[in-house]
Amino acid sequence: MVQLLQQILNGLSLGSIYALIALGYTMVYGILKLINFAHGEVFMVGAYTGYYAAISLGIEHYGAASFPLLLALVVLLLAMAASALLGVTIELFAYRPVRSAPRLTPLITAIGVSLLLQNAAMLLFSPNPRPYPPILREVRFELGGVIVTNVKLTIFAVAIVLMLGLHWFIQRTWTGKAMRAVSVNLDAARLMGIDTNRIIRSTFAVGSALAAAGGILFGLDQIMVSPLMGVLTGLKAFVAAVLGGIGNIRGAVLGGLLIGLAEQLTAGYLSPDYRDAITFVILIVILILRPQGLLGVVRAEKV
Amino acid sequence: MRLARRLAVVVALGLTLYGVQLLLSGGVIEYVQRIILLAGINIILAVGLNLISGTTGQFSIGHAGFMAVGAYGAAFFGTQLAPGIAGALGAGAAADALTFNLALVIGAVLAGLAGLLVGAPSLRLRGDYLAVVTLGFGEIIRILFNNAQFLGAATGYFGDSPAGLPPYTNFFWVYAWAIAIVVMIRNLTFSQTGRSLSAIREDEIAAEAMATPTTRLKVLAFSLSAAAAGVAGGLFAHMQSGVRPEDFRFDKSIDMIVMIIIGGLGSISGAVVGGIFLAVSLELMRDLQQYRLVLYALLLIVIMLVRPAGLFGSRELSDVLRARFSRAPSAGSGVAK
Repeated sequence: MVQLLQQILNGLSLGSIYALIALGYTMVYGILKLINFAHGEVFMVGAYTGYYAAISLGIEHYGAASFPLLLALVVLLLAMAASALLGVTIELFAYRPVRSAPRLTPLITAIGVSLLLQNAAMLLFSPNPRPYPPILREVRFELGGVIVTNVKLTIFAVAIVLMLGLHWFIQRTWTGKAMRAVSVNLDAARLMGIDTNRIIRSTFAVGSALAAAGGILFGLDQIMVSPLMGVLTGLKAFVAAVLGGIGNIRGAVLGGLLIGLAEQLTAGYLSPDYRDAITFVILIVILILRPQGLLGVVRAEKV
Repeated sequence: MRLARRLAVVVALGLTLYGVQLLLSGGVIEYVQRIILLAGINIILAVGLNLISGTTGQFSIGHAGFMAVGAYGAAFFGTQLAPGIAGALGAGAAADALTFNLALVIGAVLAGLAGLLVGAPSLRLRGDYLAVVTLGFGEIIRILFNNAQFLGAATGYFGDSPAGLPPYTNFFWVYAWAIAIVVMIRNLTFSQTGRSLSAIREDEIAAEAMATPTTRLKVLAFSLSAAAAGVAGGLFAHMQSGVRPEDFRFDKSIDMIVMIIIGGLGSISGAVVGGIFLAVSLELMRDLQQYRLVLYALLLIVIMLVRPAGLFGSRELSDVLRARFSRAPSAGSGVAK
């Protein structure tokens, strides 16, 4: 029982990271119908920006203590800004020119961008994993046998704050409303006077910033970063988006949590070797049983 | 009469291949031989992937997984069958050839079945799901082989003998299989079924409205494509004296995509050229290993931005040559547009 609770706690904390990344996939897919394969790399760049920001802000001066809260926030914001910039740049140079091309073209472009970023990162940051700076020192405490750490609690807190912020942004701001309009019908939105290019740009910016936050939380959780960290994590987050119903924001959160849970439970009760495989089993099962995802709605394809 | 002519062509081709094989094994250095064999294997991979991604327009980014299934299947069953066949025929060249080809066929069938398993659920849906499922499948397959004790787990499978798998793969067999597969896929592409496949690529809804059984055809093309990758895997395994899980990483799938995009999506001769190009360029860039994938990635992006149909587009080499040498250049250039 205690072990089960422990796995659930770990699963939910991992899942909320997946959820943050899945939001970016689902937002971009909702608007452009494009699987943004480079999103996993945007997440990786966010984690690395956090790494370098923490080091240049002099984390080593704090010895056994973690960063002051203010500096940790600065690291988070810097990483989110850097990734947002990267996301917007990718959209501008790689996706916009092929936006009206047949579907295969942007897909291949996206894979190209993803590969480019992975390999550029290996050249720039070296292919070896690096230990993540202790932006937050781990403090463990026990709650009825379950080990809880401040890191896990922070991951929850940050993820929830960001998701609520996104919800507010999409439901209450003008830009958010325009995003919803563009995702329903891009051409009609343009006819209504919405600057669709600007909306697409802000979608990439917001999604990428969330991925960067996910990257820092991931670094805190796994205590290391590597140039290829975005590949598998990105894929899992994408599966989370599909599981929840791609294009659906709440679905992405639900899917992320479920994937995190499934992964931890598999690792805990089946075999750690199959923790990565379970995600894809889920993907295939969901594609067979409910291809629109848990919260998705079936839309008739228009000619 | 026609049959006799075809037989004559096959015999002539076989003799030519055998002659070249003798020439190669005599004088050419091993390094060059390896490139030539790899080029042949690449041709099979590229032409196979082109059937599903180029002709049918369904994107697979996990074909290395099918190659791995074929490689492990051929290596394992080849090893199991070899003693029995050698016992029945007497050890020698004939028994080796039979074992090898049987093993390749088994590998191809297994890869084809894997393709069916992966394709059937994902091909019912829109194309980009296939991309993700194949990517996931490629990873799962590698994890499974990495953990399969009876296949050597992470060290890889090297057969029963300490020398590793027998080096069955030579010029003759690689190119015999390559030619056979290219001819089969060419015939399929230009048949009525092939036209339906292109129709799916051009407009799936319209194709379906014309009563084309789109899902069935997509699954068929996907399984055949996986089977071709399986043959390539079997040939690769018996060239390397063993199969290791890390031979079939994501990079390998990317290599295949680069081959068909350089050659032009949908062009069989383009895929052949792309396959050869990659085998040669990989060897030439051996010292630039860490820049290789950066270059490939840039190449992918630039080709997509500048010339999304690939260098040849869906034209065949013969179309290009005909347009170049025809006496009415205006008509040729008009068609090309």
